[in-house]
Amino acid sequence: MATILGAVTTSHVPAIGGAIARKLQQDPYWKPFFDGYPAAREWVASVRPDIVVAFYNDHGLQFFLDKMPTFAVGAAPEYRHADEGWGIPTVPAFRGDPEFSWHVIEQLVADEFDVTTCQEMLVDHAFTVPMSLLWPDTVDWPVRVLPIAINTVQYPFPSPRRCYRLGQAVGRAIEAWDRDARVLVLGTGGLSHQLDGERAGYINKRFDLMCMEELVRDPEALARFSTVDLVREAGVQGVELVMWLAARGALTGAVSKVHSNYHIPISNTAAGLLVLENRTKAAPARAAA
Amino acid sequence: MALDKPYLDIPGTTIFDADQARRGYHLNQFCMSLMKAENRARFKANERAYLDEWPMTEDQKQAVLARDLNRCIALGGNIYFLAKIGATDGRSFQQMAGSMTGMTEQEYRDMMLAGGRSVEGNRHVGEDGDAQAHRQPQGRAGGQRA
Repeated sequence: MATILGAVTTSHVPAIGGAIARKLQQDPYWKPFFDGYPAAREWVASVRPDIVVAFYNDHGLQFFLDKMPTFAVGAAPEYRHADEGWGIPTVPAFRGDPEFSWHVIEQLVADEFDVTTCQEMLVDHAFTVPMSLLWPDTVDWPVRVLPIAINTVQYPFPSPRRCYRLGQAVGRAIEAWDRDARVLVLGTGGLSHQLDGERAGYINKRFDLMCMEELVRDPEALARFSTVDLVREAGVQGVELVMWLAARGALTGAVSKVHSNYHIPISNTAAGLLVLENRTKAAPARAAA
Repeated sequence: MALDKPYLDIPGTTIFDADQARRGYHLNQFCMSLMKAENRARFKANERAYLDEWPMTEDQKQAVLARDLNRCIALGGNIYFLAKIGATDGRSFQQMAGSMTGMTEQEYRDMMLAGGRSVEGNRHVGEDGDAQAHRQPQGRAGGQRA
């Protein structure tokens, strides 16, 4: 039986990829941000995941305005990063697990989430930057991956509630998989930020900290926000909170906070990190495999 | 039936909705072409000629040539795609974002280091925050205040 270990939710600002490549972790601008990650890596190492399910939003590398899926699920044997046109270095390809992917897809469609399935899928910085934060300097990723892309480019976006429900359905699907697998969930993006217009640079620290607290305690409360509420309170790109909600939704057991970090600014963004442990009754997360 | 747009009362903010996606389709397609290194080189060599290969409006082409990102957005551009132009020019996302506020690069960077733009007065049109129309441009890069 597959076990859901927990979730890591983290910002995915592209500049982080550049900072990693230039080894700026100790630079005064970057240090308060990068200092949040060793504790996350230690926890991830301690729970020994072999599959990562990642909720992220593509920014045009794979999906453009010609065809824009609301929810797209990877079913590929391999996922490659590619030149996004803004100078961040590409990372090695990720191994997929098509059997696991198709199991999740079947369960999701049975659960009335009519997702787009992708046997070929490029993954952009929103997927690769969090992976690099968890496994820096890797040449061979130690996990197989299942990317799930949520549209936050072209309005209308799926509502926060819908994304939370998607996460719950993914959680049920993972637990229904009859293989021994240790699954870590990743939710990327956020927290408050706005990249465009006269309101660019908008940050809402109070709202962000409330979200980080409620995500642990009462995610249903966050799922009641509308997309427009999130834009108003957290900025246009603050809607990426839906990826955090989806990741939280996938945690089916008792959830507790392991670690968090919050720092303003990285580029235009309030950067957040949350590490959540999931304890199912049947199989405690830290039990030996 | 007109689209429901419950977000029009958020100041200094454009939601990339269906109308924008239709208006800006070719502008955004041009931007996406800059993901390829050889296209970036061709664009840099002759911007006007490269733009003329795309079925964009003259207004859109002029906005790109002027690097007027607010105008590009008004004409259907999406910031994620427009960012490819900035990257082609060697500008960071922060420089691009700042350019839309009328602030100098330093002014914008300082605002972010000080905790970012305040939410106060910037949630609804008609309040008095710094993102409101009557408070533009916000900095010295925007020239004389009207």
